[in-house]
Amino acid sequence: MKFEDDILSGLIDMNSRVLDVGCGDGSLLLHLKKNKRVDGRGIEIDQNKVQESVSKGLAVIEGDAEKDLINYPDSSFDFAILNQSLQQFYDPRLVLNELLRIAKNAIVTIPNFGYWKVRLSLLFKGVMPVTKTLPNTWYNTPNLHMCTIKDFYELCSLDNIKIVKSISVSGGKISNIQRGNLEIKNFVSEIGIFLIKK
Amino acid sequence: MNLNFKNIKKIRVEKPLQLDCGTVLTGFDIAYETFGNLNENKTNAILVFHALSGDQFVTETNTVTNKDGWWNLAVGKNKAIDTNKYFVICANVLGGCMGSTGPKEIDPSTGKPYGLNFPVVTIKDMVTAQIHLLDYFKIKKTLAVLGGSMGGMQALQFCTLFPDRTFAAIPIACAASHSAQNIAFNELARQAIMADPEWDNGNYLISKKIPRKGLAIARMAGHISYLSEQGLQNKFGRKLQEQTDVKFTFDADFEVESYLKYQGYSFVDRFDANSYLYITRAMDYFDLYKKNDGNLSKAFKDSKIKYCIISFSTDWLYPTAESKKIVIALNAIGAEVSFVEIITNNGHDSFLVHEPAFFNTLKGFIDSTYEEFKNEI
Repeated sequence: MKFEDDILSGLIDMNSRVLDVGCGDGSLLLHLKKNKRVDGRGIEIDQNKVQESVSKGLAVIEGDAEKDLINYPDSSFDFAILNQSLQQFYDPRLVLNELLRIAKNAIVTIPNFGYWKVRLSLLFKGVMPVTKTLPNTWYNTPNLHMCTIKDFYELCSLDNIKIVKSISVSGGKISNIQRGNLEIKNFVSEIGIFLIKK
Repeated sequence: MNLNFKNIKKIRVEKPLQLDCGTVLTGFDIAYETFGNLNENKTNAILVFHALSGDQFVTETNTVTNKDGWWNLAVGKNKAIDTNKYFVICANVLGGCMGSTGPKEIDPSTGKPYGLNFPVVTIKDMVTAQIHLLDYFKIKKTLAVLGGSMGGMQALQFCTLFPDRTFAAIPIACAASHSAQNIAFNELARQAIMADPEWDNGNYLISKKIPRKGLAIARMAGHISYLSEQGLQNKFGRKLQEQTDVKFTFDADFEVESYLKYQGYSFVDRFDANSYLYITRAMDYFDLYKKNDGNLSKAFKDSKIKYCIISFSTDWLYPTAESKKIVIALNAIGAEVSFVEIITNNGHDSFLVHEPAFFNTLKGFIDSTYEEFKNEI
């Protein structure tokens, strides 16, 4: 997790206002507070994790992002972070647009369903893929709307969302994704990390 | 029960207090209790506000009733709010009956107990009176102010009135205004007291009467509202009181009946009926929305206070939705706010009983806030 925290941290400006949506135990927020001196807030649905976060001195609200983001005023944050949970919402498109309403920038990470191991697994085994980034079986996965990096690009262009930075993570290595290498990155990336804005 | 009021600590404030109702109190007493020690930099002070039936005896032994303090489970040595580390202060509210100026005390202009001549006080009046206690201890800024129920309302009110006097606030199981249902329950309680002939138009102290039945019924009604349906069911169900079948009378057949009676009549021994009228009225008048043209955010504007709002899932008196309104208002102004809804069967009373998730949240928030606060000073 530390590895990804560093990548996300690298995208965030010093002293900025940050909302971590689905902040878990608050480890990323704490990292950002220490290293980027951010004014951070979190939303988390799991009460035990909220308690852990609060014990770390973080301002975290127990709630469901899908219902509660509406309560935040426009442009109240510099960055909204959605770390590997976009696919878990009933309406991911709405959530994505809400993030960009309440924050000037959003950082979204997705487990890439276009990753070659996922594709091969489905192609040859004929069952829903179970991998390191998709560890659950089809009947108990929290993921409702899996997508690929390419899918994410298409949704962004549909909603006029600018992809400012796009990072591929694979085997512990990072590289940039561009329009020109989208097909190949969509094949080799385990995770996609995007800095987006409207 | 023998009550011993001799060891009550108080400060006398000789400054006039302008009350919301228009009356000016020329001077007043604030009875208080402290637990733990104030550190040299005065960074470890926590001001606790008590609820309707509470008092300044948060923990250890209540010197008046000789019983345990009302928040013994949460506050004390090695408890969630650790008095080895923190200096806990609690005052009896204005209008109360544990030594602070209230309807039971002597009106200096007549030499008799105030009774109904005592002015109607508000939550704001209570909080304004208590700030003198912080001045008395020369505490510029408390680490936290907190309380449950009416204590939570006082905490909210404190933040709006004295945003620079606390670093953090923990309003628990409360609301920013009393709902119609809240007012209705309080009115039921007041009517029960006033319907008791022994209440004697509020003059019972002079006529040496005690409106026991009225106050006991008021307390019983309150008690029902403090528990959840499931909690009551789990605790009592339809269990009978030391008998195998109903007796076809109106005596207490069911355990829940004798529980309520016990709660009601034991309360009469330690509480003043007129105080109950005054304090419930103060709660009913509490409305931070109205004070701010319906915009709760305005109440907390420009405050740098760190908030931790806590609600309980089965509290139907001050439901989670009311706490969420406060959270939303604070979010809207970018305040530093945490919020936790504790899942429990214990209803509104959850903050007073053994509730580990609640204690963990309290401890986690206060301890981490203290680390920040002491580095800031």
